[in-house]
Formats: sequence, structure tokens, C-alpha cells
Amino acid sequence: MLYILCPHCGLRPQTEFSYGGDATVKRPELNKEISDQDWDNFVYLRKSPRGKHLELWQHISGCRQWIKVERDTLTHEIFTTYKASENT
Amino acid sequence: MPENFRLDQGGLINRNKKISFTFNGKKYFGYEGDTLASALLANGVHLVGRSFKYHRPRGFFGAGVDEPYAIVQMNRNNEVDPNVRATEQELFEGLDAKSVNCWPNVNFDIGAINNFLNKFFPAGFYYKTFMWPKSFWYKIYEPIIRKAAGFGSASIKHDKERYEHKYEYCDLLIAGTGPSGLASAYAAAKNGAKVILAEDKSRYGGSLLTSEVTIGNQSGQEWAEQIISELKSMPNVIVKNRSQVFGYYDHNMLVMSERVSDHLPKTDKYTPKQRLWYIRAEEVVISSGSIERPLVFGNNDAPGVMLSSAAKEYLKIYGVLVGKKPIIFTNNDSGYETAIEFKKIGVDPIVLDTRKDPNSEIIKEAKELNINIKFSYVVVAAKGYKKVKSADIAKISDDKKVLSNNENIKCDCICVSGFWTPTIHLASQSGNKTKFKEEIDAFVPSHSKQKETTLGSANGIFTLEETLKTSFEKGTELSKQITNKENQISIPTVVEKKSSKHDKFWCVPLPEGKNYKRFLDFQNDVAVSDIQLALREGYRSIEHVKRYTTLGMATDQGKTSNLNGLQLVSEVENKVVPQVGHTTFRPPYTPVTIGAIVGREVGKHSKPTRKSPMHYWHEKNNAVFVDAGVWLRPRYYKQGNENLFEASKREAKNVRQNVGVCDVTTLGKIDIKGPDSAEFLNRVYTNAWLKLPVGKARYGVMLREDGIVMDDGTTTRISENHYHMTTTTAQAPNVLSHLEYYLQLVWPELNVNVVSSTEQWAGAAIAGPKSRDVLQKLFPDLDVSNEGLPFMGYMEGNLFGVNAKIFRISFSGELAYEVNVESDNGNYMWEKIIEIGKEFNIQPYGTEALSTLRIEMGHVAGSELDGRTIPYDNSLEGLVSKKKDFIGKRSLSKKAYVEPDRQKVVGVVPLDKKTSIPEGSYIVKDAKAKLPNPKLGHVSASCWSVEYDNPFSLAIIKDGKNMIGQKLFAMSPLKNKTIPVEIVSSHYVDPKGERVRS
Repeated sequence: MLYILCPHCGLRPQTEFSYGGDATVKRPELNKEISDQDWDNFVYLRKSPRGKHLELWQHISGCRQWIKVERDTLTHEIFTTYKASENT
Repeated sequence: MPENFRLDQGGLINRNKKISFTFNGKKYFGYEGDTLASALLANGVHLVGRSFKYHRPRGFFGAGVDEPYAIVQMNRNNEVDPNVRATEQELFEGLDAKSVNCWPNVNFDIGAINNFLNKFFPAGFYYKTFMWPKSFWYKIYEPIIRKAAGFGSASIKHDKERYEHKYEYCDLLIAGTGPSGLASAYAAAKNGAKVILAEDKSRYGGSLLTSEVTIGNQSGQEWAEQIISELKSMPNVIVKNRSQVFGYYDHNMLVMSERVSDHLPKTDKYTPKQRLWYIRAEEVVISSGSIERPLVFGNNDAPGVMLSSAAKEYLKIYGVLVGKKPIIFTNNDSGYETAIEFKKIGVDPIVLDTRKDPNSEIIKEAKELNINIKFSYVVVAAKGYKKVKSADIAKISDDKKVLSNNENIKCDCICVSGFWTPTIHLASQSGNKTKFKEEIDAFVPSHSKQKETTLGSANGIFTLEETLKTSFEKGTELSKQITNKENQISIPTVVEKKSSKHDKFWCVPLPEGKNYKRFLDFQNDVAVSDIQLALREGYRSIEHVKRYTTLGMATDQGKTSNLNGLQLVSEVENKVVPQVGHTTFRPPYTPVTIGAIVGREVGKHSKPTRKSPMHYWHEKNNAVFVDAGVWLRPRYYKQGNENLFEASKREAKNVRQNVGVCDVTTLGKIDIKGPDSAEFLNRVYTNAWLKLPVGKARYGVMLREDGIVMDDGTTTRISENHYHMTTTTAQAPNVLSHLEYYLQLVWPELNVNVVSSTEQWAGAAIAGPKSRDVLQKLFPDLDVSNEGLPFMGYMEGNLFGVNAKIFRISFSGELAYEVNVESDNGNYMWEKIIEIGKEFNIQPYGTEALSTLRIEMGHVAGSELDGRTIPYDNSLEGLVSKKKDFIGKRSLSKKAYVEPDRQKVVGVVPLDKKTSIPEGSYIVKDAKAKLPNPKLGHVSASCWSVEYDNPFSLAIIKDGKNMIGQKLFAMSPLKNKTIPVEIVSSHYVDPKGERVRS
């Protein structure tokens, strides 16, 4: 079980969090034209990297903040965690 | 039957307390401190089971966790415990155990015929044989294999025992209380570190309990006792026996199972049977020791052949002789320790040493004791079926290939020692890259991935002096980093015998013309010939060889067999062992009972139960409850002998005719505040929200980015910058996370805050033509007329002294209101509504009537908003704004979503107006079409329409828009029903929606 450093609360076990997928995906702006392909890429396509991965977790059983976690998908090592507002 | 293999003195058992027990229906006795294994051996019982495949007789091979043979079925306090290792089961008064894998009994076992047919059971036998004919699999092969598979049999009854989970945090977790565990724990504890020290056996000390060493001026055993009692007295140390650290997971999370009560006749009322510990440790010390390896020779599985370390342990800890005419067969010095112990109590052993001319202190001592030692000698084969009676021995040539001077000597046990295998399981589970250490012919931990350190013989260090020195040092070093304290510890002087080098030889060649089975894996009956066959058939990877032959599988996971298996593969393949590599070590190290894993999360406790504030009123009024997510909701209120159908019909009818009241506390509620709330809702919902006035509610639909409907509900503008959102009961947590996601990550510039207020409010829906009358009496000062409080209106009021929020919204399709009060006042509100509603014939209604009312009105709910449908499918396209953008809008223009024959919700009525349509039925055009019959869609919800008194269903079908009026069929293969139906509008009752506005 992972031990995740919540930037708001401190080290907490994985069971307090829920996973939110790739943190590098940016939602297209509202009211802007976008091609089918670009939209589909945003909605469906995700990389599944072996190694470092910046991902979202929400501290649902804690402060309820969404945070960004840089984790190695192979070794589960967690390098850095960021607040939602922080630049990575 | 009297004991006759117990020595008159010696051992660590309590000779003042005799214990009687039963094995295979026969009564024996032993002493307090015995294991079932030692007590049986004391009684001369060596036959305890049958092997897995050939049903060969099985005795005891080890004395602890590595035991591959002595698996028994325990009957304790009317509960069954299968697959218990007799070597670990402590004796208690009245213990009742029996053998497994034999029928009718262990002495006469029909399955043993497999042994004589063993030519027909080669490696991969199952894969080769049961392939054809195909039709035989279900009827013949599978039932037979099922019956033959496995060892013990689990109980099918509910386990009444209690299991617990515990979470702990520590600086150092130390697994194993041998010399390395004790020394490192002591050093770390002295530095003030929080230490958990775990021992899998009941006694602490590991090898110190059986070895002849001196530490300082004490014996090894005395030293261990002293360290343990000192550790136990320290407040920063938790010392646990009967506790196996079995799993090493990510980020230094380890799991340990503690056998709290398994050594007692029954579990105390307030004590668990077992406790599972989840331990998060800063640092982990693996001091799990090592396990002796077997030597491989003909019939080396016969009862009476056992590890020499086990024989020594039975002698020194339990005062039990495993035989009176022992042969010690060894390739290293360890066998001599056992031989000397035998000699000391007057039993004459014969030592066969595979080495030609070894020399060391202990061999010298053995010679001085006049022990009969034969160098360059091997056991070729054990003789005897249910017990070793003699051994064929021979001289072996220097190149270990030729046998000569064959002779047969009488014996009653053969104690084997093939050197030691470090127990690296935990290190390997943590991700440690292990390395092969040539000097000891075994793998040891090398590069750590997590914060773990392996010490002592688990790390391939076999001298006590070095073990203690490195362990004290490591304990100090690791704890110092954490506590910043350093306490000087003087390392005691050690007196031990130095060993000479072991022999790499481990597998005795077959004598010419003989075809003995030479077993590698004792639990699964994997012989040398099976591995050879697998390799001949082309299996190369050790992982494949393992799965094909079952080497190293089953409950012991090859603790005694893995290394010899690797050696054999490397020999046949002409590779070195590290090239072959070892199979992956996975948790658990030892079997863990399902009960311990489940803990207290059993039955109703497997998830939390949420109850509304009105729950006890419902209970008192004969509510029958249903699980709605984690909530308990009244399904219906039983009157007299009513069943579900009758009661829900009565309740729904009363809503249509008079007035009903329903507990809607479970609806998700989210409080939304901030100047940008309107803009935020406008982006979240598909319809327009910017112009909703204060004091008004609006129905809204929200989508996921892929265009699928996520949830629906009403949101009310309480004041300028304050909204009250409702969600469905089931989606409440997801919707909150969804809103938080957009506010925190996507549009952080919006000044909005959201918080769940589900538990703050109790809700009651008052529905029916007379609901306004009830409401007026509840709030006599308010103008609740159609003009004062129109449809989708909101007002606040005082309900007999408590603050209430009143929403004019409707799920039933009738004139209806929802009244919310603070949860603490929920029951008060409810009782007032019932009391005041009496004169209007108010009745409470449950979820079943609630469903009926919404289905016949064609209101979509969870069964239509099932994560696969878009607004159009649910006839909600009118709520989709064309002007503004919102979450998921771009997806709605996808090709498949705008096909002209896109699926849509419709109503379904059986032609006979009698037959209810099972939910999940397919809608098809032609009931007799060839299979697979193309389906148009499925029935999502069914009810008995109280308005028309006939069955009515909702279905989502292809081109639903153009299907109204068609005659089709509903087919339910599960219920074996085909029902002719007519497709109608989904709005079966009040299609214009006049009632809600009345």
C-alpha cells in the first residue's frame, strides 16, 4: 500500500485517496472550436508509461483536495507531490 | 498408548503438565510446550498423511514453517481449520486433528494406487491427458480432479470465530528473533527507537535454542531469554510471538498474522482467534534465518527421512527422539551437531559424509566421541514403505558419479543435511535484487529497493560471532538515523565451533538398473525425473518449469525444494544457477486464513450502514428495509399479511389518490456558495442556469466529458450566491468529487466552494393531490397556494418551532413538496407530517412505490442513467442548451450520438395486460428468429401501473422515437419468458405534466 505525501495533510496511506489519472491532460477551453480528433484525444487517449508518471489523486477521506503526484508506475516510488495550484 | 520416544529429561517442555489429544481418532498424550508434531513423534507416530499425487505415506520432514508433509485438519471448538502444519500447531488439552489426502484412512489409502501407476502420471499429466474427448471434461475429468485436488477441506459453515485487524507504525520492524533479530532489536531499542519484534514460533531465540554456543558467560538460550525479557520491559518495544510477517508491500508496509488463540482449546470471548497487523515501518530488519536443504536420494520421501536440524530441534526443545537407530546423511558440518546430540543421550548414530576428507573442530569432537563416521558415503535409497526400516548406502567416487561398496544397514530414521538456504522471501518481496553467493550455493539479498536490511543467516552469514557483531552495529546505525541517539553497546564475546566447507554435491545418482523416485518437492511429489522430462520437452524458463511440474507450489511454496530444483535445472541445462534464476517470491510467505484477511468486515460489517433520522419510526411501523448503497431505506410498510407487491401497490395508489410521505433523506445534497456559483452551475449542467432567480429550483442534468449522463437532480437558489444541489443517492460522492475536480484543477479562477450537506438535512417528500392541504396545515402562516408557492418554487418556514426548507418539486409526477429540516429534527418533522396528514389519509411509502410512481410517469432514474446513455436516449434533449458550452457538450456531436435511429427510452406494455416483464429482458422484433436474435434494446425498469392496473415497463431501444405503436416481443432467457408487447410513450401517466403544476 502506497504512502502518499499530501501537501496539505502530510503522509497518509493510499486508502485515504482515490486515483484520478494523468495530471498532464489539459481540458480544452470552453466555447472554442476543436477538431473531432483533438477532442477524442482529450477524452479517451492516455499514455500508459512505464516509469515516471505525473498523476492526480484526491484526498477524499482527508482534506478533499486534488493533488498531483509524480510516481514511478513500475516501482511505485513517489518522487514529489504538488498542490493542485502548484506548477510541476 | 504410552510415549516411548520421549527422553526422561531435557527439553523446554513443561513436564508437570500432561496434555491429552486425539489424532485420527486415537488418544495420545504429550506435554505443555509440545507441538502436535513433537507429541506425535514422542508417541512413535511417523505416518501422518499421504502425498498429493501418488498418495505415498508421509511423515515429518521439518520442525517448523518449512514443513512440506505434516498437514493436518484441525477440529477446534466445533470449527474446522484445514491445512494446519502439525509442526507449528501447539498442543492443547483435547486437541483433535486428522490426516488429509487419504481415504478411507492414512494407513490404508485407496489413492495409493497412483503410486503404482506413476508411469502414467508424468509431469504435465493433466495437460496431456484431459484434452480429449472434449465432452469428457465437464462430466468425468473435472469432478474427479476436483475430488482429488487439495489437502484439507474447508468448512462450508459460517466461521463463528472473531478476527481482527490492527494498524501500527514503528521505526524498526524486525522479523525473526534469532541472534540477528535480538541483537539488532536490542541495539535499536537502546537508542530509543520504536521497535516491533516478531517471532513466528511460540519461543523466542531461533537457532540459539538448539545450538551449543556461549555468548558472554551465558549459553545461547540464556542470553536470548535475558535479551527478550529486557526488551519486553521497554516501553518503546512491542515483542510478539506466534506472529508471522508474511508480506512485504510498497512503501515499507508489512503485514503480519498473529495466531492469538490457535494454541488454546477455544478463543476467549473478548479475544480474536487471529489478528492481522498492518505495519508501516521506517526501516525493516529481516532476520528470518535459514532453512536446511534436503539431500536427494532414492525414496527420500519415506516417513523417517527428515532434516537433521529438525531432528536436533525435536531432541533439544521437546526431548523427543525421532529414532533410536539414526543415520545422519550430510554434506556439511551441521549434521555432526545432530549426531553429537544423539550420542550425548546414548544413541549411536552413523554419519555418512559425502565429503572425502573434511576437517574441523566439530568433526574432531565427533571422532573423539567415537561416532561411526563414513566419509565419501551416501544414502542411495531409503527402504521401508510406511516407515524407514533400512538404508542402501554406498561409497561414492571422488567425481560423485560412481557408486561402490553397496550395503544395506538397518536404521529407523535418516537425518539429512544439504547445507542452508537463507530465507530471503521478505527481501525479495520488497523488490530486492537478490544475488547468488557461490560460497554457500544460495541466493542472498543484494541491492535493496525499499528500506530493508537482511541480517544473519538470512543474509548468508553462518557464524554467530559475525552475525552478532553486524546485527548490533546495524541496529545501532539504523535507529541512530531516526532517533539521533547513540547508546554504546559492548558486543559480547562468542564461543562457537568453526565449520569446514560444505560439499556442493546434493543429488545421489541412481545405481544401475534402479529406478527409485528421488523427490525434490515433497509436498507436490515432484521428482528429479519430472524436471528432467520437462526440460526434455522443451521447457526452459524456471517459471515455466515450475508451473508445468508444480515444483515449489502449494502450501509450503517450496521452502525446502526450490534451490535443489534450480540446481538440477542448471545441471541439466549446463548453466550456472544464477543464469537460471529463481522464481518470484510472492506474499504470503506462509498461508494466511481468509478469516484473518477479512477481519471484522463480515456480513453487515463489510460496509458501513447509514440510517436516516427517521429510521426507528420506520422500524416501529413495520418497514421492510432495502440496501440502497450504504443506506437502509424502507422498501415498503407492511400491513397485515401484505407482500411486497400488494403493499407497494397500496402505497402508490394512495399517493395518486390522496397523499403519501416518503423519507428522502438519503438524496445527496451539496451546498454551493460563492459569487461565481451561477457560472459554475452553467458549466456543469447541460441547461441554462444564469437566470435562475432566488427562491427557485431547477431540474438539471450533468454529463461526463464523454457525453454520457452522470447524474440528475434539482438545484435551488437559496440566496444570491448560495445554491442547494441535490444528487441521486448513489452518485452523491462521485458528483462531489467531480465538482471539486473542476473547481480545483480546471477552473480555479471561479470563486466557488462546495461541501457535502447530505447528513445535515433530513428530507420528507409529501406527494399526492392532497399534499397542499397537508403542507398548509404544517405551515399555517405561509401562502402555499399555487401562486404563493408555484411548481419549482422554494420557501423557508417554521415547522412547529423548527426551521424548514420547502421545495415544490416532484419525483412522483403528482403535486408534491419536499420538506427539509436539520437532521436532529428529522423524526420530529416526520411525526408531525404523519399526525397532521391523518385527516387526509396520508400513508408512508417506500422505495418500491417510489419506483412505481416514477416509472409510470416516465421519469428516468439510475436504471436508465446507467453510465451508457446520453441525454437524447433519456428524452432529456430538451434540457441540452444549444447556446452555451458545458462539460461533455463537444462529445454530443459525435457521429454515433446523432444517428437518426439512435436508441431512446420508450414505454412497454404487455399485450395481455397481465404478464409482468422481467427487468433486463431483450426487446426483439421476431421471437422465433435464429439465434443470436438481434436485439433492439433492453427493459430497464418494470412496475405495476397503479393508474391503469396493468404491468408497465421502461425500455431503451434502437430508433425508439419511431417505434411507438409497434408490436414487438420482450424475451428473458434467464426467466425463460417471451412476452408479446406494445411500445408506447414512456410518459404513460399524465403525459402533459399537468398534475405537478396543479
